[in-house]
Amino acid sequence: MSTQNHDQVHDHPGHSHEEHHGPAKGLTRWLFTTNHKDIGTLYLLFALVMLFVGGAMAMVIRLELFQPGLQFVNPDFYNQMTTMHALIMIFGMIMPAFVGFANWMIPLMIGAPDMALPRLNNWSFWILPFAVGILLSTLFMDGGGPAGGWTLYPPLSLQAGNGFPFTIFAIHLLGMSSILGSINIIVTIMNMRAPGMSLLKMPLFVWTWLITAYLLIAAMPVLAGGVTMLLTDQFFGTTFFQAAGGGDPVLFQHIFWFFGHPEVYIIILPAFGIVSQIIPTFSRKPLFGYAAMVYATASIGFLSFIVWAHHMFTVGMPLAGEMFFMLSTMLIAIPTAVKVFNWTATMWRGSLTFETPMLFALAFLFLFTIGGFSGLMLAIAPADFQYHDTYFVVAHFHYVLVPGALFGAIAGAYFWLPKWTGHRYDEPLGKIHFWLSAISVNVTFFPQHFLGLAGMPRRIPDYATQFADWNMVSSIGAFGFGLSQVLFAFIVFKTIRGGAKATAEVWDQAEGLEWTVPSPAPYHTFDEAPVVK
Amino acid sequence: MAHAQDKYYVPHGTRWPIIGSVGLFTLFVGVSILLNGGSTAPLALLGAAILILMMFLWFGEVISESEAGTYNDQVDQSFRMGMMWFILSEVMFFACFFGALFYARQLALPWLGGEGSETMTNMFLWPGFENTWPSSGPAALGGDYEVMGPWGIPALNTAILLTSGVTITIAHHALKANQRGMLNLFLGLTVLLGFTFLGFQAYEYFHAYSELNLKLNSAGMYGSTFFMLTGFHGLHVTIGAIMLTVILFRCLKGHFTPARHFAFEGVAWYWHFVDVVWLGLFIFVYWL
Ligand code: HEM
Ligand SMILES: [Cu+2]
Repeated sequence: MSTQNHDQVHDHPGHSHEEHHGPAKGLTRWLFTTNHKDIGTLYLLFALVMLFVGGAMAMVIRLELFQPGLQFVNPDFYNQMTTMHALIMIFGMIMPAFVGFANWMIPLMIGAPDMALPRLNNWSFWILPFAVGILLSTLFMDGGGPAGGWTLYPPLSLQAGNGFPFTIFAIHLLGMSSILGSINIIVTIMNMRAPGMSLLKMPLFVWTWLITAYLLIAAMPVLAGGVTMLLTDQFFGTTFFQAAGGGDPVLFQHIFWFFGHPEVYIIILPAFGIVSQIIPTFSRKPLFGYAAMVYATASIGFLSFIVWAHHMFTVGMPLAGEMFFMLSTMLIAIPTAVKVFNWTATMWRGSLTFETPMLFALAFLFLFTIGGFSGLMLAIAPADFQYHDTYFVVAHFHYVLVPGALFGAIAGAYFWLPKWTGHRYDEPLGKIHFWLSAISVNVTFFPQHFLGLAGMPRRIPDYATQFADWNMVSSIGAFGFGLSQVLFAFIVFKTIRGGAKATAEVWDQAEGLEWTVPSPAPYHTFDEAPVVK
Repeated sequence: MAHAQDKYYVPHGTRWPIIGSVGLFTLFVGVSILLNGGSTAPLALLGAAILILMMFLWFGEVISESEAGTYNDQVDQSFRMGMMWFILSEVMFFACFFGALFYARQLALPWLGGEGSETMTNMFLWPGFENTWPSSGPAALGGDYEVMGPWGIPALNTAILLTSGVTITIAHHALKANQRGMLNLFLGLTVLLGFTFLGFQAYEYFHAYSELNLKLNSAGMYGSTFFMLTGFHGLHVTIGAIMLTVILFRCLKGHFTPARHFAFEGVAWYWHFVDVVWLGLFIFVYWL
């Protein structure tokens, strides 16, 4: 597919040519860096930390739900935990993780010397710690953190303490970071490809990110507008979400979900991309139906803007609205099914091996599909009247987010860690991590389907005793899942510190430009554009 | 201009972003405490100052690199694309507020007036409320107010902005034809028109507040959408006018060549964008 640049393995990441600077020394290397690999590393490490911050909140939630009754926290703090857990996991963990992958891998995959706008790239990252800092600090303020749910529905979300404006501005900053990051990603992909790397030769991960970045640019500003209206309603006397003044609280829900539904695809598309790199590699076959995958991704991107009100079936919409959003939502199942089919067909008659990245990718395939099916159930408007705001919805979105998006990210981490660090991770430990995660994630979330169908509401710290058994099972699974991720962090740091040397190719017959550069990838790669045939 | 590099320019390290983040942090923390009733206006101003200083220095560095010929065509193209996508994100930001306006006028207010399946709301909460536009809603929260009509200052402002769109295009053609005198003249005119627009807009706000009782918190959904849309638009015109001024000074210093003038074009695109948004405002906020 491409020319080999270097074949032997270099020891130091600072491997530099004449006119090249290696990385700077000390803290300023990370503060001032414009290098896509440094910035990718920052994003990924930041996401790893946030996985544990958001995870700790999840542990509080599951601890309280371990038994019926109120044992550990008061209801208001419980609500702060559910709200913060979601905000941190979505904006602080999974999105930064995928931007980290984009930073590291897109220039390597398209043969570019760096991201197109390196200074801006630094800023996209360095807004994040400040934004998350502001968000977390609300927990210590008068009135505590936001407690009205991550969806921030008024009027509930306006009944907040001093933390309210901080929450709004934190969301503005998080959005700004995503928008700047997306601009950079689009420009890199459109303008920085090596000669011969035509659009339809790009690896699928690059494609999925390109579409994700479009979604981000179109969706994040709408959220920014929505939360700005919350702020002015609260402090400046506007009445956007107040019926007495001619506004409507439901308007906020439309705005939020116009952002929110593309957002869930923003979260899942990069994971689709990663899985589309991994399954062919470990099947030793090219991806089945590459062009179909590209078009499926694009149609998912488009459709994701016209389905938003499936989150609002129960708020009271005209019948035509219910019908439209039900049918358009079901339409998304088609391109999604194309993807699942193609991944499966890629493995058909492949010579499969099951290293850790492949195991996580396979788990993704099965478990994401379960989440897709529960999504279809929820998409049926009359059925959703029953399911809405129950644990069934919680089960649905955790299946697509945890063994979906998060497993995609973990699979990608194992897949590219050797390229990033120059070391192979500990394969037996990786497999143990996989089995612990795959089992505990199901123990955690599968029972939530039963709870939801039986009528247990979400976002309530206490429940009727009939729900006690499955809640206990779910909590045990959650503690197990939390502990398993400590093992993941351990494996990552062990790999950074040492381990068997990785070759440039890393994986047997791996395809793609990223495998032509040494492991670890030198600080600067593709100063001379590679030639892609 | 020195000869252009053949390599894509990747800067080695930059201090501005982290300073910008500190500025944003200071600004937002200051404003938040202020909103909660504290007295942190100086903190917020400090944050804004840091941010402005940072932009000044960051763009300054980029300008001198650009003038030194550090950027090849590919870098130039990155800037162009970056600016276009940035403007698209701004379009979506305004789309959100326009969406709120349309939703209120087409759905929320008719429902409050008893249309569709929402007759009960009207019957039990606000019997007798009839949907009209402009409306401050069924509870008429802020008392009486007057509406801002389209045919006085707003129409004048429309003419001003449209003219400025023409003058900047003439300036652009002059730049491409290397007629620097024309360039400076018409760019200067554009700046002037931009600030005139802002002056009228400020006067209109003053008029609304002092005579029409049309305030952010006094006219329900009409006032909310009116001030949100015109306010954010005004803010964008301010930013655009400042950018135009910077470009004017750069032209006066002899920057830009007929072939290479991304900054000029970026600002021109931005200016056209605020122009188009204004047309939407004029039609849907003032006129219809
Ligand atoms: C086959 C595709 C999918 C369909 C048909 C679908 C359908 C739905 C529906 C109808 C709801 C609303 C349920 C309710 O509140 O009553 C929902 C909720 C949700 N879905 Fe999906 N979904 C799909 C895929 C995804 C994916 C890929 C993600 C994310 C990676 C996702 C994340 C979520 C989240 C986070 C919520 C809950 C939001 C909240 O209320 O807090 N879904 N889904
Ligand atoms: Cu959705």
